[in-house]
Amino acid sequence: MKLKRNTILSIAALSCLAIFLGFADLFLGRFAIRILNLSAIYIVLALSLNILNGFTGLFSLGHAGFMAVGAYVSALLTMSPSQKEMNFFLEPIVPFLQNIQLPFVLALIAAGLCAGIAAFIIGFPALRLKDDYLAIATLGFAEIIRVLLTNAQRLTNGAQGLKGITKHSTTPVVWSVAALSVLFTWALTRSSYGRTMKAVRDDEIAAEAMGVNITRVKSVSFVISSFMAGVGGALLGHMITTIDPKMFMLPLTFNILLIVVLGGNGSISGSVIGAIVVTVLMEALRFLDMPMNLLVIKTNGLPGLRMVMFSLLLMLVVLYRQRGLMGNREFSWDAIIGAGKRVFSAGNRAHKNSSKNGIKP
Amino acid sequence: MIKTTDLNMRFGGLTAVSSLNMEIGKNEIVGLIGPNGAGKTTAFNAITGVYKPSSGHIYFKGRDISGFKPNRITELGIARTFQNIRLWKDLNVIENVLVARHLRMGVGVFSSTLHLPGYMKKEKHSKEMAMSLLASVGLADEAHEAATSLPYGKQRRLEIVRALATEPSLLLLDEPAAGMNPQESIELMDFIAKIRDDFDLTILLIEHHMQVVMGICKRMYVLDYGVTIAHGTPDEIRSNKKVIEAYLGVD
Repeated sequence: MKLKRNTILSIAALSCLAIFLGFADLFLGRFAIRILNLSAIYIVLALSLNILNGFTGLFSLGHAGFMAVGAYVSALLTMSPSQKEMNFFLEPIVPFLQNIQLPFVLALIAAGLCAGIAAFIIGFPALRLKDDYLAIATLGFAEIIRVLLTNAQRLTNGAQGLKGITKHSTTPVVWSVAALSVLFTWALTRSSYGRTMKAVRDDEIAAEAMGVNITRVKSVSFVISSFMAGVGGALLGHMITTIDPKMFMLPLTFNILLIVVLGGNGSISGSVIGAIVVTVLMEALRFLDMPMNLLVIKTNGLPGLRMVMFSLLLMLVVLYRQRGLMGNREFSWDAIIGAGKRVFSAGNRAHKNSSKNGIKP
Repeated sequence: MIKTTDLNMRFGGLTAVSSLNMEIGKNEIVGLIGPNGAGKTTAFNAITGVYKPSSGHIYFKGRDISGFKPNRITELGIARTFQNIRLWKDLNVIENVLVARHLRMGVGVFSSTLHLPGYMKKEKHSKEMAMSLLASVGLADEAHEAATSLPYGKQRRLEIVRALATEPSLLLLDEPAAGMNPQESIELMDFIAKIRDDFDLTILLIEHHMQVVMGICKRMYVLDYGVTIAHGTPDEIRSNKKVIEAYLGVD
């Protein structure tokens, strides 16, 4: 009975969402659509970092590097030969990429695979490290990727970046990928393999003593996470349509980390909510960067004030709600309805009390 | 079953365990005792692969396992519990047992994520086994509670259940009676003897509670400053002069 109610509620909410997304193009402007799509991409990226950071307990700062790999692979594989010729005007592109043009879906999978392979190779030395050391090593990796992208002129067009990437990241595409990512992460974290990941996170020594091959679990988690980061990076490239190495620096990783920490380390629904909230806020707070007139204080526009707000938000979360919005719990109808009932009955009580005391509510 | 030959464990200049020669036969319950800092847990860590022995060998069922990784050793059939309880705090009771089952389930990341029929069958079997193990120690009602919310004694029992879930033939218990009152200790003794029979186990246990060790161990080894100062039956140990010196000190 209870299960049925929750299933009905979920199906209803999901169909509402699907209908909204299906018709979003009709009533939302280009700017709103862009935020909507960016939210979906950030959901994919946040989930990928959450698998690593939240579920396996590996603190990595190299996410932008894997996104860059994915973005470049997918961009180069989908671009038409003539478009490539236009991009590579300084030096010609390497011959084997010159005439290759794959359908978007294949390119997206290839993007994920390349990022995954990169993670597999990096993982060998890096995953022996723990905590901060791993973070520094992965940060270094992301930097290496950026330098390689800047200097491999014939492969990546260097610092000029790639322009005119086909705009494949439409609302249905990005939200389908986001939905798939949610489903995948959910299935993974609830499986036997997901349990071993959480065991490695909570206590490595105990996990190893209970027969968990921690090297393999960490490596698999790193590869899966990077695969998703590669796909997310590719989607980002196909949305913005231009990419260059400077795009994939620490601030990008920081944004995703912010989402994961705000939403709750180890919570899928936390990452989803966090991704949407942060993406929307990121745009909504843009007025902070503009010139402001607050009667007393006049500013001529402080670019970056927006990011100060986010840093402040992060600090507040770390100080007062370490486990983020959702902690490591998940969204549930029971919790919502329970909270609703509590608020409602509290309201009723307040109402009764105030009328008893003769105070008008 | 298990045999160590001249096992040495050195950390820098400190020799934590020196030439440990131990041999345990099948289905025996053997005690490893000694004052604090005698190197008992270090010996455990060397046997289970947490530390790589500085020198010497460990043979398990005739096979040299010295230097193997902990998960490999568990796979071969040695399971352990920890002195300072090491349960996974964000997993509930049954999940703690299920992680230990993963080793014997033999499922990969794809079959388990996609919830393929083969995986579902194994998962179901593992859950049934975990539940019956939990029921055997009276933890069935708490199966879905957070592991660390259990009272201390139950956490200890859960650790033993978790170790049993890996289907070991040798069980190493690191101070299973720590923090227990005499009544609980007696129950624990019966429990240890019972699982030995039910699961066809060989047991090596570290214990401070003399009552527990003397009660269930037919043989024991006494360590002091890493050196084996005595070994024999409880009666022999009780009257051994060196043991009395180590435990009570000498004037």
